[in-house]
Amino acid sequence: MIGWDAVEVSYEGRRALGPVTLAVGDGDWVGLIGPNGAGKSTMLKTAVGLVDHTGVVGLREEGPIAGHDIAWMPQRPAMPEQMGVADYVMLGRSPHIGYLGREGRRDREAVEVALAKLDLVAIAHRPLGTLSGGEAQRAVLARALAQGAPVLLLDEPTANLDIGHAIEVLEVIDELRLSERLTVVTAIHDLTLAGRFCQRLALLVDGVIMAEGAPSRVLVEETLRPHYGDSVRVIHDVEGPTVVPGRRRH
Amino acid sequence: MTTAAIAKSARLRWHQVAIGLVALLLAAGVGLTVGAAPIPVGGALRALVDGIPFIDVGHGLDQIQLRILYEIRFPRVVLGGLVGSVLAISGAAYQGVFKNPLADPYLLGVAAGAGLGATAALGSGAEPWTVAPLAFAGGLAAVFVTYSLGRSVGGRTTTSLILAGVAVAAFATAIQTYLLQRRVDTLREVYSWILGRLTTVGWDEVWTMAPYTAVAGVVLVGARRLLDVLSVGDDEARALGVKVDRVRILVVLAATLATAAAVSVSGLIGFVGIIVPHIIRLAFGWSYRVILPLSMIFGAVFMMSADVVARTLLSPAELPIGVVTAFLGAPFFVLVLRTSRVPR
Repeated sequence: MIGWDAVEVSYEGRRALGPVTLAVGDGDWVGLIGPNGAGKSTMLKTAVGLVDHTGVVGLREEGPIAGHDIAWMPQRPAMPEQMGVADYVMLGRSPHIGYLGREGRRDREAVEVALAKLDLVAIAHRPLGTLSGGEAQRAVLARALAQGAPVLLLDEPTANLDIGHAIEVLEVIDELRLSERLTVVTAIHDLTLAGRFCQRLALLVDGVIMAEGAPSRVLVEETLRPHYGDSVRVIHDVEGPTVVPGRRRH
Repeated sequence: MTTAAIAKSARLRWHQVAIGLVALLLAAGVGLTVGAAPIPVGGALRALVDGIPFIDVGHGLDQIQLRILYEIRFPRVVLGGLVGSVLAISGAAYQGVFKNPLADPYLLGVAAGAGLGATAALGSGAEPWTVAPLAFAGGLAAVFVTYSLGRSVGGRTTTSLILAGVAVAAFATAIQTYLLQRRVDTLREVYSWILGRLTTVGWDEVWTMAPYTAVAGVVLVGARRLLDVLSVGDDEARALGVKVDRVRILVVLAATLATAAAVSVSGLIGFVGIIVPHIIRLAFGWSYRVILPLSMIFGAVFMMSADVVARTLLSPAELPIGVVTAFLGAPFFVLVLRTSRVPR
């Protein structure tokens, strides 16, 4: 599990986040939704100590252990063009290797497993610069998986992917969540996809959680319209809520 | 299962080290035998073997040749190797921590700062042992100012860091010139040193250089894996449990210490830190696990070879070695500038 308890972030006296309180149970998947600049990325970053904050965030009272407890992936992970996929995934083992140490058998095994799980074995030697968007996102997930952390924080894992690849990536995340019992928190823009995959959603607006709960409760027009505009429509059917843009009447 | 994929991954291979060592032996052999006074290759080799206790193979060299070999050529070749090693590995290390393909002890202003510190020591008539520490202090101050300036002016672009280095180097050189003009009696000696030279009689400079080379080599080669982790950026490296600031400071300290030591014995020799790591990148790949150790070996090879050119081109006169490296390095710099993408 991972929890945020009264977490606040301020930049130069201006409050950018919080106070937010959110608990995510073991094996759960929570999606952070909200308009641009709402603080979704900032909230994820507090968990890995990348922004100064007040309040408590982490898996345990004394705070998370960098790299061991939480795997975090930014919106646009840096992917050095010439680095090979296997080497990139091996970076995920960094928290487990001493400063002057080098990777051992367990690290190589973890990388092999991660490569196999994400179907990257055939392209394990390819440089990152030659990968397609979907392959690159799978490499990113493999690195996070190789890290062996129980909590996965993903900032917009489907950004820049077409709908087909987006669904594919989210399905992979869901499979990993179930098979590895991972706790997953994703910032995600696409409300419909968020509703299909996450068990719970938290709507973040101006740094504050305005609504939280099951997708069918959060993705309703009365909740979304004040923040996304009056033209947003929600269609409910057996698959769950689908958020669609309406046309403004002229 | 996939062991093959991981086996192909970037790490140092024995054949790469072997190529480097063969090149090193060749360069050293040429360095020992080529020069104003001719010494036959076979004789030089036998004389070296003869130097090992309890071995006597008979070398056929006369006393003068022996003295030239042991008191001049041999220490000079070793000194060149040490200086080349640390300049090359420092350049590679700066490139890694600053994520800037153009970072080099010379272009970051480190060499000029160290030169200023050394000049202050030489010019004030202080004890000889103060030269290296003052050079270190000057180099450290220079890299700190360059980094702060580069960041405050232009974020993290490649060019802003190098332009800041140019400004720092110019400033340090200006103060240095002022110090020199006040002490005309030392001008000539310091001037020849500024241009970069490897002239040495006996082994003193080698003993000055050796411990710094060892410390820098151990620290920087030890940090090779961490520099690869840093290539995904500070935030991701932190999230992977790396104490980024601590690593950066440690690497900069080690590289600057080594550069300062090199500057204090051999003056300002530029571009080695750019040429050598980039050739290794082109030949052997992107990973600092490969670049750092091989930079040490090929830096030595490069400097020994450059020294042979410096000694023979105008023979019996000598060209300052800094002139040779700049002659090769400046066009190379332009090449790297053209091919490197400017990271945002």
